[in-house]
Amino acid sequence: MAEVFAEDASTSGAMLDDRKVEELSSGRNRGAGIRVVDGETTGFAHTADLSESGLVAAAKAAAAVARSGGPGTRTVALEPVSAHGRGDRTPPDTIDKARKLELLTRADDAARAAGDAITQVQVGCGDSRRRVLVANSDGLFAQDDQIRTRFSVACVANGDTGMQTGHESLARTEGFEIFERYPVEDIARVAAQRALTKLSARPAPSGEVPIVLAGGSGGILFHEACGHGLEADHIVKDASVYTGRVGELVASPLVTLVDDGTVVGEWGNFAIDDEGHLPARNVLIENGVLTDYMWDWLRARKEGRASSGNGRRQSYQHLPMVRMTNTYLLAGAEDPDEIIAQTPHGVYVKKLGGGQVNTATGDFVFGTTEAYLIENGRITEPLRDANLIGNGPEVLRRIDAVATDFDMTPGTCGKDGQSVPVGCGQATLRITGVTLGGTA
Amino acid sequence: MTATTTESDLLGLANAVVAQARPGEGMEVYVTRGTDTEVRAYEGEVESLTSADSSGVGIRVLTADPGGSGSQVGFAWAGSLDPAVVEATLADARDNARFATPDPDVVLAEPDGVAAVELDLWDDGVASTPMEKKVALALELERATRAADPRVRQVSSADYADSRGEVALVTTTGITSYRRRTNAFLSVDAIAGEGTDTQTGTGFSVGRGPGELVPDEAMDDAVLRATRMLGSQKTRSTHCTVVFDPRVASTLLGIVASALSGEALVKGRSFFAGRVGEIVAAPAVTLVDDPTDPRAYGAATHDGEGLACRRNVLIADGVLRMFVFDTVSARRAGAVSTGSAVRGGFAGTPSAGCRALVLAPGTKSQEEILASVGEGLYVQSVTGVHSGVNPVSGDFSVGAEGLLIEGGTLGQPVREVTVASTLQRMLQSVVEIGGDLRWLPGVAAGQTLAIADMTLSGD
Repeated sequence: MAEVFAEDASTSGAMLDDRKVEELSSGRNRGAGIRVVDGETTGFAHTADLSESGLVAAAKAAAAVARSGGPGTRTVALEPVSAHGRGDRTPPDTIDKARKLELLTRADDAARAAGDAITQVQVGCGDSRRRVLVANSDGLFAQDDQIRTRFSVACVANGDTGMQTGHESLARTEGFEIFERYPVEDIARVAAQRALTKLSARPAPSGEVPIVLAGGSGGILFHEACGHGLEADHIVKDASVYTGRVGELVASPLVTLVDDGTVVGEWGNFAIDDEGHLPARNVLIENGVLTDYMWDWLRARKEGRASSGNGRRQSYQHLPMVRMTNTYLLAGAEDPDEIIAQTPHGVYVKKLGGGQVNTATGDFVFGTTEAYLIENGRITEPLRDANLIGNGPEVLRRIDAVATDFDMTPGTCGKDGQSVPVGCGQATLRITGVTLGGTA
Repeated sequence: MTATTTESDLLGLANAVVAQARPGEGMEVYVTRGTDTEVRAYEGEVESLTSADSSGVGIRVLTADPGGSGSQVGFAWAGSLDPAVVEATLADARDNARFATPDPDVVLAEPDGVAAVELDLWDDGVASTPMEKKVALALELERATRAADPRVRQVSSADYADSRGEVALVTTTGITSYRRRTNAFLSVDAIAGEGTDTQTGTGFSVGRGPGELVPDEAMDDAVLRATRMLGSQKTRSTHCTVVFDPRVASTLLGIVASALSGEALVKGRSFFAGRVGEIVAAPAVTLVDDPTDPRAYGAATHDGEGLACRRNVLIADGVLRMFVFDTVSARRAGAVSTGSAVRGGFAGTPSAGCRALVLAPGTKSQEEILASVGEGLYVQSVTGVHSGVNPVSGDFSVGAEGLLIEGGTLGQPVREVTVASTLQRMLQSVVEIGGDLRWLPGVAAGQTLAIADMTLSGD
């Protein structure tokens, strides 16, 4: 199989820090990656030279790896793929830079107005447009035009106990119009309040505790606890705790987990994946039973099946691999307040930061950036940041309540040196016990 | 250093752009060119081979400042050196500058009279070694790792990678710098299993060229780390002394360094703010950032603004001596650049940071340190550094795997625990610094490091 992936990406960003608009930047990355797969071997070359001679040179470099196959020409009829629907999008370069900067100062004002203890505010705004074209020797031909917009606020609050930080971000696969629906002041106030709250935070407990995760706190739990472990590249190498377990109960029956690149506007949304395949709503775990893994073209071919639309790459300079899109737990039936009320003692996590997993052992961590003690069924004192650690299948079995208040959060997923935008989602849920890495 | 064709080529390109600066306008042009190779072996075959050239340009434009209210700065970059693309990038940078806040502290670096050290960071072997040889290195690493121990049941990746990179930087303020470097890397991920138990270990070897790589070092490390974790269990929560492996110690130094950045200082994001001259660490702690030491992975002749790199003593005998500065953060702090501008390639703008941290080594071996600690936890790797360490507040909580220290030696393997403290307290609680200094990839070297009174969280 020979494949050309052409990309024309432009990004722009602006940063306001310490009340100054510091850094307006814009960037352009344009080129093509050429992949030749021969047997079990992949040859890959990329070039920023999109002339015919540049592309031919890259193709020869990629093909040089292939061991077999003599010279010859094969004519391929290209079949256009009709791409999945997209949301409303305004191309970023049609928006006046002054309008973007106005958002930054509005957010800065709102964050500083949240409390005198806010000593520093950093506001970032960015957008990107990524036009891609994929064609391969199987006759596939597909194109996409991806527009993404993000906004983030990071605050520092200063108090008697030192400094604390609060961060909040908005990121959508949409254009500038998102700011009509999501006022930047709201984002700023959430970030500022998070920092202010932690000024009076006490050290988080250590040891195993019941955890209630707020709806939309960052479904990073599932991203790390099982998402990465369900990527077929780890599966085919027997480097995941979930290898060979399709059909088995791997989680609480309350867990139905979906990876879905079709959710219009979410951060991990696209019309075609980076191998030209359509995204899909893939059910990974249904009522606790493992139903399927996520697949890219290469790993699917090995198993004689179709790609699930999970082949993604950071840019034309990278090889595609299996990646998540928008990964979420379907909502349950319980009232979120009731879940807290029925937890005599534990920790309520309002917001999670990032995480990390070892897919082979299943051990994973995820960090809190806003958390509180639960005492006698009530949310009480704020806690300082800490990591939680657990083992994927074990933690998934310990989910004993899922509420109705579903929400999604955007994130950046790093794997093997490549970053891609992903979405995570879940409703309020309880885990009967996870190890919390505090100092108290 | 004698000028090579590519040097004059790349500098010529940067000079040609700077020559377009308008009267009063400031400009910095950063041009890079590189070649990367990566080979991944799996089950005796080449799983993938990537070979590619890349280049790029980053341009900062500072508007003229006739009124004294300061310059406005704009930045643009492109992953190409095509003349039309470079032209468009310059136009973008100019346009971006119109929207920035005028700021008297926004200036370009100027020559400061510090001469750059001569460093040879270029190994011709990267270019001259045939691809077959590089492929063979990856294949042999994979084969040997699989054969090293019967408990190794999988090698999920065995990689050879190398790169050649050149950077030219020219400014309207009289800076002209050129640097080039090569790197070569071998790494392997081993998965060990016994019954239903599975553990992993990563090993690597790094050098300026393929000739410096030691495949056995990568293999032995990966196999040891995976196999010695077999049978690991969670353990009880406690307070104890934690002994960090050199690799983890290097990661810790990198985090501490972010609080020593002049940028963090002037933006009110460093817990070291206002503490120069004060005791911030145990007396044994002397921390130096020295990119002029050729043994350091981050060794460099020039910083990200084209100034000479230099040796900076950040903490001496536990006393905070200085922060590292780039030009702008230095002006804001009323200081001068310490030659510490770092940037993330052509798509990034300069900021203050460390490149080559070294904690002054002690004399003890790892065995001697374990013996003196007696009881505690030895940590061979940590996870969740990005999610559980806050360099602003100093809160520190990471996932850890390692072995209990029992009677002064390594005992029962431990997994699924966290170790926590604050960075401030950890620096004060350093009880042993090993003599086993290792030059590791990243911004810091590492050696065995013992820190007292940490919270171990498990059952």
